[in-house]
Amino acid sequence: MYRDFGTIFIFILMGIVLVYVPLLIQQLVAPSNPNPDKLATYECGEESEGSAWVQFNIRFYVVALIFLIFDVEVVFLFPWAVVFNELGMIAFVEMAIFLIILMVGLAYVWKKSDLDWIKYNVKYGRGRYASLIEKNPSSQES
Amino acid sequence: MTVDLLIDWLNTIGDFPVLAFILAVVISGIPLFLVMALNAMVAVYVERKVSAFMMDRIGPMGQGPGLHAGKWGLLQTVADAVKLLVKEDTVPESSDKVLFKMAPFIIFIGAFMGLAAVPFSQTLQVVDFNVGVFYIIAVGSIGVIGIVMAGWASNNKWSLYGAMRSAAQIISYEIPAGLSIIIPIMMAGTMNLQELIHFQSGSVWGILPNWIIFNNPFSFIAFFIFFISAIAETNRTPFDIPEAESELVAGWMTEYSGFRWAIFFLSEYANMLIVSGLAVAGFLGGWQSPIPGLFDSGAWGLFWFMGKVASLIFIMMWFRWTFPRLRVDQLMHVCWKVFIPIAMLNIFGVGIWKLIFG
Repeated sequence: MYRDFGTIFIFILMGIVLVYVPLLIQQLVAPSNPNPDKLATYECGEESEGSAWVQFNIRFYVVALIFLIFDVEVVFLFPWAVVFNELGMIAFVEMAIFLIILMVGLAYVWKKSDLDWIKYNVKYGRGRYASLIEKNPSSQES
Repeated sequence: MTVDLLIDWLNTIGDFPVLAFILAVVISGIPLFLVMALNAMVAVYVERKVSAFMMDRIGPMGQGPGLHAGKWGLLQTVADAVKLLVKEDTVPESSDKVLFKMAPFIIFIGAFMGLAAVPFSQTLQVVDFNVGVFYIIAVGSIGVIGIVMAGWASNNKWSLYGAMRSAAQIISYEIPAGLSIIIPIMMAGTMNLQELIHFQSGSVWGILPNWIIFNNPFSFIAFFIFFISAIAETNRTPFDIPEAESELVAGWMTEYSGFRWAIFFLSEYANMLIVSGLAVAGFLGGWQSPIPGLFDSGAWGLFWFMGKVASLIFIMMWFRWTFPRLRVDQLMHVCWKVFIPIAMLNIFGVGIWKLIFG
């Protein structure tokens, strides 16, 4: 066991070396004459406007939250799958209950349309969702 | 596996346990890096030729002497590698320089660690974990951290958008992939990759090999869900909106040049190898021969494993030139509303199948 993960630890160190050595070689052989235009951020040839470190769309946050729940579920399933053959019926029923609870969760999120990338079919939406359909019938912003 | 064999061999020379261990790991790690580099070089060449044939072009064809291009453009990727090595390495003025330089390391280490557990043959596997499948899935998602780091540190709008899309896509598709790879584990009752492959020896009805994909209808579906999710996890077309050339330039790689960019490329192709390797080990019998009992020993294992992996990588390339790119909402729709429900029902299906048919 310690031997297995000790190997991986040495692999991490090796990975650092294997990336670092070519970068050192590159520093020796590659030209280096930077100028302000070359070091500017690329923005389709225009001068870049402001910083890119801005507040970002909430959709990505919601996806991350749902992912967290389901990924933990998958982690629970792995040890169960290993002993499934030995335990048989009991294990199946228990995991069925667990999975059904999670499927209810998925159905809830689905119904609440948190799985839609563009949410303009929220039926009981409040606040800014309430008038979204009237305001923006064909909003296709990505 | 390889490490254990090397330690046994080194122990016959002298008694130096710690040094022998480190030496064994390094000796087995260097060829793995060469496999990684060779895989990327061959895959880039094949990808160009495959795309050329599918578009009715010729592809790289130079026949000049030396490094110019070689016959049939065979030296094209060598020339590419040299070009990338001697190219100027630019770090944007307004970027977060520490994170910018750290990102390639993290992505490379993620791919390199994953490669350590790939079972190339009965004995050619650097470490044989008792949780091999779980380990590859876990290490495979380290890359996301590097991608988000690269995108954020670049201080470029394209990069940030590409990184965010990439993160959303990779973490979403990890769930159907994880739920589908559970099915081979349920069938075999082990997470060890070698035991999983040994479970798939023999044949069913005397014709088909006893691979998990042919075992029951649910595992057949599970293979396709896993493979498609794996393509999405490696950011390949048709799931390549994170680096869509026509809209995001190159996504999170926009600001990278020279060898730093080459490391991203190397890791992407290594990831293709890893996910194909996991699909082959989990569903397609690993290093088992497709004709049960024939050509089944010794070095044939390596041949069959690499043959299966190469065919899966070829199918990934085929996809690239066949399907148009998915839009971001279609991408999320396919993952959350199609694959995850089917993958969950699959687990029920296999459970019931196992309880009825034993």
